[in-house]
Amino acid sequence: MSSYLGYFLIMLGLINASLLVISKPVFSRITSNYDSIIQSTSKLQFPLLLASFVCLILSFLYDDFSLKYVSSNSNSSLPFYYKISATWAGHEGSMLLWCLILSFWMYLASKYSKSLDGRFRNSFLSILGLLNIGFLIFLAFTSNPFERNISIPIDGKDLNPLLQDFGLIIHPPMLYMGYVGLSVVFSFAVACLIHRDFSPELARWIRPWALASWSFLTLGIALGSWWAYYELGWGGWWFWDPVENASFMPWLITTALIHSLITCEQKSMFKNWTIILAILAFSLSVLGTFLVRSGILISVHSFANDPARGIYILLFLAAILGVALYIYFKNSSFMNDNLKFKLLSRESFFLINNILLVTATFTILLGTIYPLILDLLGLEKISIGTPYYNAVFLPIMTPAIILAGYVPLMLYLKNKRNFELLKHIYLSVGIILLFTLPSIYFLDEYNMLVLLGIFIFVWVICNLIYYIYKMYKESKNMTLLKNKLGMIFSHIGLAVFVLGATVVESNNLEQELVMSPGQVVKLKNYQFKLNQLSEYEGPNYTSVKADFVIYRNDEIIAEVFPEKRLYNSSEMPMTEAGIAPKINGDLYITLGNLISENKWSVRIYFKPMVRLIWLGAILMFIGGIISILTRKQLILSTK
Amino acid sequence: MKKRSRRTITVSIAIISLGLLFYFFVQTFSDNLLFFRSPSQINQTEFPQGYIFRVGGMVKNESIERSRDSTLVNFVITDYSEEIKVNYKGILPDLFREGQGVVVRGFLNEDGTFTAEEVLAKHDETYMPPEVADSLQEKNTSYDQTTKSLRFD
Repeated sequence: MSSYLGYFLIMLGLINASLLVISKPVFSRITSNYDSIIQSTSKLQFPLLLASFVCLILSFLYDDFSLKYVSSNSNSSLPFYYKISATWAGHEGSMLLWCLILSFWMYLASKYSKSLDGRFRNSFLSILGLLNIGFLIFLAFTSNPFERNISIPIDGKDLNPLLQDFGLIIHPPMLYMGYVGLSVVFSFAVACLIHRDFSPELARWIRPWALASWSFLTLGIALGSWWAYYELGWGGWWFWDPVENASFMPWLITTALIHSLITCEQKSMFKNWTIILAILAFSLSVLGTFLVRSGILISVHSFANDPARGIYILLFLAAILGVALYIYFKNSSFMNDNLKFKLLSRESFFLINNILLVTATFTILLGTIYPLILDLLGLEKISIGTPYYNAVFLPIMTPAIILAGYVPLMLYLKNKRNFELLKHIYLSVGIILLFTLPSIYFLDEYNMLVLLGIFIFVWVICNLIYYIYKMYKESKNMTLLKNKLGMIFSHIGLAVFVLGATVVESNNLEQELVMSPGQVVKLKNYQFKLNQLSEYEGPNYTSVKADFVIYRNDEIIAEVFPEKRLYNSSEMPMTEAGIAPKINGDLYITLGNLISENKWSVRIYFKPMVRLIWLGAILMFIGGIISILTRKQLILSTK
Repeated sequence: MKKRSRRTITVSIAIISLGLLFYFFVQTFSDNLLFFRSPSQINQTEFPQGYIFRVGGMVKNESIERSRDSTLVNFVITDYSEEIKVNYKGILPDLFREGQGVVVRGFLNEDGTFTAEEVLAKHDETYMPPEVADSLQEKNTSYDQTTKSLRFD
């Protein structure tokens, strides 16, 4: 029952969005009050799709296996919370989630855009409506989650065991909030082009939206990385997998965008560039959808290989990118950027930041799509190895991150006295030598990468602390500091991330061996004892569970229980890692295969400082949110 | 005149450094290309000794031999016209089974066997890597001959 209603609601959403889009050209001739149609339809979309989404959740909860999507992604023995999260675990449901979030962003955009000029606002919301139509057509005609089975199966095929996990419940919604939030930025940029207006006020208006998308992207990517870390059982946190790249590229471009928007707002510069970035950011997020949904990639995210889907998204991408660029080349002349600026100025450093970030994006784009293009042309089947990304990405991003630590302070000091700047450079070099060199002594193993990581960490943190100190001491009133708080958090988060990433990449220890109960193995100064193996029944799987006791210098410090599960309905085996988090890093154990009677292959890792990677990302996320909140207060207080 | 020659120098330095960067970039890119071959294609291509590439196909039924006290494992990858023996030391991904599609990365030995450094995990039991599906389709053989899976052995 709820399934008919769900599809009906999608159709209503499609009609509603169409009404929104045609109201300006059509109703403007009949009534002068077409504004209210645009406003109400743009708000109505969200409740319609939310209701449809709830219908799908209900179909999962009530095990409605007459639906194809439910029967292939759920099973009656699945715990109820995974039944709910299974709603967005497969292709069709996650596209519905995508459309739902798109309508949610449109709702927010409609609600908070009263300060915009009326005509501008109408175009802005109409473009968002167009995007809604584009994705709803895709949902309704190529990926209908409410499609029925010809014959109703007795039970469902079950959710992929890899996805039966808490990480999956929150990773996709967060990531989609980021991906889809960029549609607001995109629609806004196109509206600016149509109305030939991109004033500093408009740049100020859109920046919180870009920041929000960026924050959610950061969180979504971090959650995905965290999930891969503990669920895939390989102890890796980033694989340069095309699907990861697909989410990372919009992140890099959005990072560039939130910086260049500051320049637009404060100096009315880089307008052309910023508009292009806004268009590019959303296009890359649609490209990501194409890569993930078309089934041309090998990954946990590619569910089905229906060529119609890939072609539709590719055409849709070509359409939005083509139209946006056409309007850009036709109308961009109103933005006459003043390109003269001083070397030591905010704009010159933001320009460097942008160039580096965009270059990094294109190197990733090349590595991601070049193999696909070669394959489509039938020339050769290749893949690009991780060393490429590491070798290219590191030299591009290192200067960007070093600048991230230094530029805020430098710009602040520059306004005061010039000689301070020079003094400060000596001071920071001194501090860094003081901190970095002794740390070599404490590391039993080190290499250039770790030193670079520690250097960057110390550099960014020291500079930012000095920056806070200076501002506090000189201005006393806290408004300036409060405005910068979000930035400070995000930049510290970046430094924390770099430290974690470099240390875990170079000092990671790994051992693969065969163990039987009672055996003890040593790794670093830890001893791992396999106490016993036991079997137990889970809700929808059977499992072999190992009991490992970890000693450090003959003292018990942790006990972990890695498992090998076999899921009943799909007969899929799954590795559950046993992880003991310690202050200096994670001890990580996975079971491999049963080799012979009571002998298991086992993989043991020591992952130093690995948690800093996600801690850093969380700090960045918090920084983004703080920026949005403090900004809002700033705007309200100046009114 | 002086101003002009200075500009010439600046521009040429910029061009040279950009060129060097581009060279470095292309070099890194081509150094890290991994080619994909099916078992039948291996005989057609000459790779230098120890060259790393990827091989994909189906794990032949009843071809998995595990060592009884180490993680060594031997198996055969087939595209139903030719096959290749693969040896691997390490823990196999969860979904590695006989009759299932697999992609391995490694190098060819002199005796014609393949040493795998990495066996790629698939996330879905019915899913076949497109590379494998294509190379099997080229052979015009059906690949529906999947067997019931091995459980915990």
